[in-house]
Amino acid sequence: MIAERRPTLKNHVWRPLFVVIGLVALILLARAFYVPADFGTHERGYMYSYNRTGNIEEWKAFEAKYRGSQYCQGCHEDKTSALSAAQHAIIPCENCHGAAFGHPDDPEKLTVDRSRNLCLRCHAALVTPGSGRIQLPGIDAQNHNPGIECSDCHNPHHPNLAEMQG
Amino acid sequence: MKRRDFLRHSLVFVSGASVSLAALEFVSVGELLAARPEARWGFLVDTYRCVGCGFCVKACKIENDIPLEANVTRTWVERYLILKDGRVLADSPKGALHGFTDQRVDRAAEGFEEVSNQEIASAFFVPKLCNQCDNPPCVQVCPVGATYQTADGVVLVDHKWCIGCGYCIMGCPYGVRFFHPVEHVADKCTFCYHRISQGLDTACAQACPFGARRVGNLRDPDDPIARILLTQRVGVLKDEFGTKPQVFYLGLSKEVR
Repeated sequence: MIAERRPTLKNHVWRPLFVVIGLVALILLARAFYVPADFGTHERGYMYSYNRTGNIEEWKAFEAKYRGSQYCQGCHEDKTSALSAAQHAIIPCENCHGAAFGHPDDPEKLTVDRSRNLCLRCHAALVTPGSGRIQLPGIDAQNHNPGIECSDCHNPHHPNLAEMQG
Repeated sequence: MKRRDFLRHSLVFVSGASVSLAALEFVSVGELLAARPEARWGFLVDTYRCVGCGFCVKACKIENDIPLEANVTRTWVERYLILKDGRVLADSPKGALHGFTDQRVDRAAEGFEEVSNQEIASAFFVPKLCNQCDNPPCVQVCPVGATYQTADGVVLVDHKWCIGCGYCIMGCPYGVRFFHPVEHVADKCTFCYHRISQGLDTACAQACPFGARRVGNLRDPDDPIARILLTQRVGVLKDEFGTKPQVFYLGLSKEVR
């Protein structure tokens, strides 16, 4: 006797299939909650701009610490105008005086770097034909008054030798 | 079918089939404008002007919250010494955070090498930073979409999305990416995106007393950087990789890698 053919799949096929379908649905649901709405492919295509657009604004909102010499000039014009005549006028204030951040509110006072090493960044004599370094006045750091600060003798705002302090 | 008809039909079919689908597409003005936005940030480094003071490195680290003494940096300055016997020495102690103050060359594990002044044929400094490539390989390899290129050409890292796998650090041929020691994600130079978007200079360009580093909009024909690129001979690093770097160098020589 021939058994009647059943039109539907058997239980042992359906059960694991339900589990798989359930898992896929669960993953899709989790993804919908986890992946932000602005995540996707943008101007430069999938290869170069598959990202979260909100991050661009986050980077733009990053806090700037250096305010520029123009900002210093707002209050300290006496200092900036005196410096503007000297050779060191090309050096931004914040290179030696430190980044302004929210000065004068926060921090109230900036810490000035008066170290010998700060001056040596430009004025240690190095043999560098082919760069602008050789045009700067340079000293032999080992033998030129070692151990004392440059600012004991030289005025960083008026660095020419005629106006030396010591 | 007659032979004449056969030939005529074949000709029509072949010429019809040879028209590419792209020719039938309508050009969307919006798409064209999106492909050429008003800004494309580029950078110009003048190696003749650089004196190796390293103020740029210090400013970059403070501006971008990179720990000062950690051995990672978004930008650095290299010194090249080309000797008369043809040898090339290069160093960058602490990325030139404290500048170059010593004539001796830092040979890492081998210690410092004394070089006599008579031996030096030429010596110069080369600042390095992210090239913000047009075809950035670091972006291609990111498995999660945490790094990307903005419409104005800057490659950024989404610190919240990065899983810290390090593929991009290996993928960059210029070695500009590193693992951020505090945030524990990949990090790199952003051209100070927060500053240039407000019309400010990058922190490194602002700190440079000699104008050796300048940032500009390459889409603006009146931009001073764009004008120099159009009128002078400039080079890029590792052109052969096809990454199309957007940091251009004046006075680049073949020893610089």
